[in-house]
This record gives sequence, C-alpha cells and structure tokens, in this order.
Amino acid sequence: MKICVQSDDFDIAQELNGFGTAPNTGATVTFTGLVRDDTGALDHLEIEHYPGMCERAIAKIADEAVQRWALTDCVVIHRYGKLKVGEQIMMVATAGRHRSEAFEAAEYLMDYLKSRAPFWKKEVSRDGKQAEWVSAKGSDEDALKRWSR
Amino acid sequence: MVTVVYFAWVRERIGVPFDEIDTAAVTVMDLVTELKSRDARYDLAFSDLASLRVAVDQELVDFDAPLKGAREVAFFPPMTGG
Repeated sequence: MKICVQSDDFDIAQELNGFGTAPNTGATVTFTGLVRDDTGALDHLEIEHYPGMCERAIAKIADEAVQRWALTDCVVIHRYGKLKVGEQIMMVATAGRHRSEAFEAAEYLMDYLKSRAPFWKKEVSRDGKQAEWVSAKGSDEDALKRWSR
Repeated sequence: MVTVVYFAWVRERIGVPFDEIDTAAVTVMDLVTELKSRDARYDLAFSDLASLRVAVDQELVDFDAPLKGAREVAFFPPMTGG
C-alpha cells in the first residue's frame, strides 16, 4: 500500500510499474482526478490540506478498502497547492482478485476521499477577481450511505 | 495548552492559521463558546456550526466530544477532496 500527499505531479505509468503483480491479483483499476473548468473562467485551484491528518485519514480509508475487498495492493496519491486546469489532482489504484472488487474498492476510496480527507478546494478565476471555496455537496455525503452495512 | 488550527474559510475569517490557547474547556462546544467571545471575527467564523467540522488530535469528532488531554483541535468547513 502506498499513500502520498504531495504538491508535485505524479506519473501514472511509473506508479503502476510493478503494481498488482502479486500472483493472486486478477484485476487492477486506476482512477485519476483532473482539474476541470466548467465555465471557461477557471484559471486554477488552490488546494489547502491538513498536514498529518490527511495521511492518517487516507490510511484509515485505504485500510478499510483493503480489508473489505481483500485487495492485494492499493495506491492513493493526492496533491495540494496551486493546480492549473487539466492538471492531475489525485489518483487511486486498486488491485484485487476480481474486477468487481477492484472497481468497488476504487469507488469507495473516491467517495470517502471526497468528504473525509481534509482537503479544501478554492477556485481562482482567470482575471484573478474571483476566488471561491468549493462547497461540499449533499450528494457527496449521500454517496457514503451506500457503503454502510 | 491546546493548539487550535483553522483551515480554508475558517482561517480566512479568523485571520490567523492557529492559536495557542490555555483553556479549561471540557468539550469542543465549550471551546467554541470561549473562542466566539474573543471578538467579532471568531463570532462570525463560528456562527453556523452546521457548516463546520472539527477534529481533535487529527480525528474527526462531534462538537460534544471531550477535550481531556487534547493537544490539537482543528476547525474547518466540510472537506472537498478527491
């Protein structure tokens, strides 16, 4: 398992080199989140994070995913700082015995990272006049309910 | 002595990233009441607790959580990771 909270960009190909090579792995899933511009006015995101708690919170979420879906490996990388439109924000990779486990675990990780890992996004417009904190959506919190059992 | 840390708009509204506080607060809520009485910036930042989250020693907790032995308390808006 690998967890990284970093300002630097990451190379997916490099991260996947040697990932999921355990013989009982039958499926790997990767997800990458990018900075999206919905309105044509976004210049970049400022991602603030809580050092220390980020790593702890992600490790806890990843541990739960590994146990629940018997993952053979798991990678979570999340960036912070100034990220321009199109840049990579984060990635998760899961390796499991079957595809359903790898897919579900990846979705679980994404749902929990969104509302339980201490990051906050601020959108800064191209003219520099607008800088707004992104509000958490009720739907993000609702997404967690499907995982309760 | 407790370090109280603020993130995102909570930090911006209060104007500092953290405070070192000597407090007798028993619960998080007691600490909030104490902070609100400091000045208008704190009062505004803590005006709507439904829009705030709190962590004690880097674990998410409820506002009625005890502070006994806590070294670090953090206040922030709902998280927007991913």
